[in-house]
Amino acid sequence: MTKNRLDATVLTLGFAFLYIPIIILVVYSFNASRLVTVWGGFSLNWYVSMWSNQGLMDAAWVTARVGLLSATFGTILGTLAALTLVRYQKFPGKMLFSGMIYAPLVMPEVITGLSLLLLFVAIGVDRGFWTVIIAHTTFTMCYVAIVVQSRLLTFDRSLEEAALDLGCPPVKTFFQITLPLILPAVISGWMLAFTLSLDDLVIASFNTGPGATTLPIKIYSQVRLGVTPEINAICTILIALVTLGVIATSIGTKRAEVRRIRDEHMALRTGS
Amino acid sequence: MAKTLGPVKRKFSPWTDPASVPFIRFENITKRFGNFTAVDNLTLDIYEREFFSLLGPSGCGKTTLMRMLAGFEEPTEGRILLQGKDISGVPPYKRPTNMMFQSYALFPHMSVEKNIAFGLKQDNLAKGEIDTRVEEMLKLVKLEQFAKRKPAQLSGGQRQRVALARSLAKRPKVLLLDEPLGALDKKLREETQFELMDIQQTLGLTFLIVTHDQEEAMTVSDRIAVMDKGIIMQVATPAEIYEAPNSRYVADFIGDINILEGTVTQTDSALGAPGLVRIDSDGLSVAAEQECQAVKGDHVAYAVRPEKVRISQEQPADTSLNAAYGEVWDIGYLGDFSVFLVKMEDGRIVRAAQANVSRLVDRPITFGDMVWLTWSRDAGLVLTR
Repeated sequence: MTKNRLDATVLTLGFAFLYIPIIILVVYSFNASRLVTVWGGFSLNWYVSMWSNQGLMDAAWVTARVGLLSATFGTILGTLAALTLVRYQKFPGKMLFSGMIYAPLVMPEVITGLSLLLLFVAIGVDRGFWTVIIAHTTFTMCYVAIVVQSRLLTFDRSLEEAALDLGCPPVKTFFQITLPLILPAVISGWMLAFTLSLDDLVIASFNTGPGATTLPIKIYSQVRLGVTPEINAICTILIALVTLGVIATSIGTKRAEVRRIRDEHMALRTGS
Repeated sequence: MAKTLGPVKRKFSPWTDPASVPFIRFENITKRFGNFTAVDNLTLDIYEREFFSLLGPSGCGKTTLMRMLAGFEEPTEGRILLQGKDISGVPPYKRPTNMMFQSYALFPHMSVEKNIAFGLKQDNLAKGEIDTRVEEMLKLVKLEQFAKRKPAQLSGGQRQRVALARSLAKRPKVLLLDEPLGALDKKLREETQFELMDIQQTLGLTFLIVTHDQEEAMTVSDRIAVMDKGIIMQVATPAEIYEAPNSRYVADFIGDINILEGTVTQTDSALGAPGLVRIDSDGLSVAAEQECQAVKGDHVAYAVRPEKVRISQEQPADTSLNAAYGEVWDIGYLGDFSVFLVKMEDGRIVRAAQANVSRLVDRPITFGDMVWLTWSRDAGLVLTR
């Protein structure tokens, strides 16, 4: 009995440590008072004023576009990199290639950001929206490559051989057989890339320019002038979006599992 | 299970006719993977409408040979001719061969009918024609009511039939089957073997099957190539392979056999004419009536199949030749057959198989009995390789 109580306490403390800060943020976003530390009653004011805060809204829009585009580019490049790593067993410089794919994972963000900045300065590119996209594509594609690679390792090559054998040329085989089957991994890779792009502050702030302020940069610069409840409001919306995404994914997985079990039963019932 | 049988199996032996032209020809094929030689300077002819087996243990090169015909591997040396034309360099999607994969390789995201239609769609056939052909194939493999199902909703046996239907849908000139029945249980496997033979006869196609299961190869094939370490040991009909293996390897690989090592003491056979070959195997005098290259003093193997060995408690009239005396060491009861392991005085074991023709539970010969084993001169076989 005491052991159970101990377990419960440890668990509660652990979760509290993780989630109390977030709960505080969410609760204070509904605070009527302007002061962050004083509760002044329930209000949706900050959500309304958030909408009319042009700077904040612009930043949110920039972040969404950067996220969508860089995640898409990162996913395409990352998937190609994964295919190369898994499918071509031996080619000169493979070690170097795979090492360089994974390098951004362990590279400090400051270094990645700074080196990209130096590159853009050296080749004389004006920093702005597209340089942030290029920077984000560079650092998200390695995450996509890892996710897709692990799926490809368990992919039955004979499926592709069967398609070729039935008269389907290689490129068509990729789009009709390989891609549909690795699609779940590609989509998770995309979501990971999108999330990484969404909350990146360091790399974006090195490579951004006028008119391309992302939400994290905006929030960070505003917080230095003091936390406003508007920030709490927009953060609450972000948390809600992420939570919905996680719930949707887990429901999808659960359904697929149920379907798989039903299929197995069906196959067993009909016998041979 | 009610079955409709295909046409009666006709006498078929184009390989004995010097005028017939091979349909597929492997010409001095060598395939190396790095330092490993998978196929070693192999030449083989396969004829149209033949049901041909490549038989051997894993790693003998049989699958590599088949994959070279499908176009997934290119030979390191030599060439492959299909209807007289060199097909080297032709990619798999342009070859008139189709393959049934060991894993079946059904597309999991497509229904049964879409799987079968996949190859037909690549040829840009009209939709009506594709539908007719898919229906035909579903009927052939008796899966009409499963057309809309996904592969995951089928049992192993049904999946195997979908794979077969898919590979047959394009009416390939040659159908390649890679261990097609390996994943099925024994009973279903036997049933399917006969179905495969029916389908091959009905459609009049050339089938090339890769298997390590000698029973399967014996049942379905017109001819079998027994392979070992990248070379072909023997190519012959199932009966020839079983009754007249050309080497210790083939004799041992196919079925059960007693092999006695010995020295030739006398040969009556002139070149080209069969005669008596006597062999002394550690004091046991054995003989075979056959054409033989070996001469007196050669070290050879003498082989005899257990079912050709008679077992008796009574001493035969002539014990000077093809007669062994020993103690029943073990008995294997297989239902249709009993196998007796008889231990001779020098410790060697000779096996004799006897059909269980009566329903006796207590057999007259039992453990520890002293018995005589005898066999006729034409039952034995001298193997020089």
